[in-house]
Amino acid sequence: MKIKLFKQEIEGSSIRQIERSSGEVLKNCYQCGNCSGGCPVSYEMDLPPSQAIRFLQLGKVEEVKKANSMWLCVGCQQCFSRCPKSVSAANLFEALRQMSLRQGKDHREIRDLPVSFLEKAPQQAIVCGFRKLVS
Amino acid sequence: MKIPYYPGCTLNTVAKGFDVSARESARALGFEMEELGQWNCCGASFPLSPDNLMGLTAPAKVLASAARMGDAVTTLCSVCYNVLKRTNKALRDDGEKRSVVTGFIEEEYDGSTEVIHFLEVLRDRVGFDRVRESVKRPLGGIRAAAYYGCMLLRPAGEVGIDRHEGPTIMEDLLSVLGCEPVDFPNKIECCGAHLAMTRTDVVERLSGNVLESAVDCGAEVVVTSCPLCQYNLEKSQAKVAERRAGYRHVPVVYFTQLLGIALGQSDEMAGLGENRWDVRPLLEAKGV
Repeated sequence: MKIKLFKQEIEGSSIRQIERSSGEVLKNCYQCGNCSGGCPVSYEMDLPPSQAIRFLQLGKVEEVKKANSMWLCVGCQQCFSRCPKSVSAANLFEALRQMSLRQGKDHREIRDLPVSFLEKAPQQAIVCGFRKLVS
Repeated sequence: MKIPYYPGCTLNTVAKGFDVSARESARALGFEMEELGQWNCCGASFPLSPDNLMGLTAPAKVLASAARMGDAVTTLCSVCYNVLKRTNKALRDDGEKRSVVTGFIEEEYDGSTEVIHFLEVLRDRVGFDRVRESVKRPLGGIRAAAYYGCMLLRPAGEVGIDRHEGPTIMEDLLSVLGCEPVDFPNKIECCGAHLAMTRTDVVERLSGNVLESAVDCGAEVVVTSCPLCQYNLEKSQAKVAERRAGYRHVPVVYFTQLLGIALGQSDEMAGLGENRWDVRPLLEAKGV
């Protein structure tokens, strides 16, 4: 795969916003892949954590935003737990979700939730789901 | 001994057995869990963006309420524990955040209340030896898989009630109660959590892996400390049974339910009837 890199993307405001909002420093990642190995949902992600971080290091925010990864991250922190450089991909995915949610773009419509789920699921699942997926 | 207690939203509704069995167990062990006079939901997720201060306000209110009752607060739900403990650290270590959050909730709080999980109360304040002495009905060597999931353990250094890769606190308790703990590879893996709302296929795979891993290692019951793990594990069993011939459903219980039974509680009090897969036939078979 060929991609074109642009200095203004790598040093752009989106990247700065992601770093500020997540509290992470993208350059700390040296791409060992432990996060993707430990991540329980990487099998289903368009971009597993380490690849998503690589795209962000190269300033390619849109590629990562288009991927399903941030909506699949469960925030279990196994990535952080296994990272030799203490980078949390979960924090980065949260920052990306927040960028989207703060613009009012919901990932899940509340009215589409099945009644059976709302009746039987523990409240914490609903509250947590709203926090992560609904603006 | 009295210890302030924060039940959280789910223990008042779908996980009542978790709450009642713990309170009664505490009484049998000689202390009281004193419910906070006023409390609200903790938000069920610690905001992973450090710039999201709104997410800290709900747990900060709980902590401020706890501080009026004592120097520590205990919880049962793994998620509540994680959220309160992390919020507490954020408020204690970061003066600027503290002043914004406490200003918003209009309550004073400095982060000095200690957040301890009920398992830690049993280990560090009561002592597992004393629990052993109080056991009236040893659990007959039931092979029990202690499932930790994420929130009791990670991120290490902030919330860990035990080593984050090889925890044993729950197994240590189960041994004391007369169970035979079963070690299994997926005991610290995620159950799928809130993806129950959007991606049941992912939850079924993750929870299914936990169940199969436990059963393959000989587990007769899976033990948890989180109502969401309990829900996901119970709900995913049908899928596991579909993909695996001869699979027998395993009960998924809260550790306090086994504790309660071992301390002599009735099945009703321990809420055994609330579990989707009944643990009572197993208890009978083991002569408990």
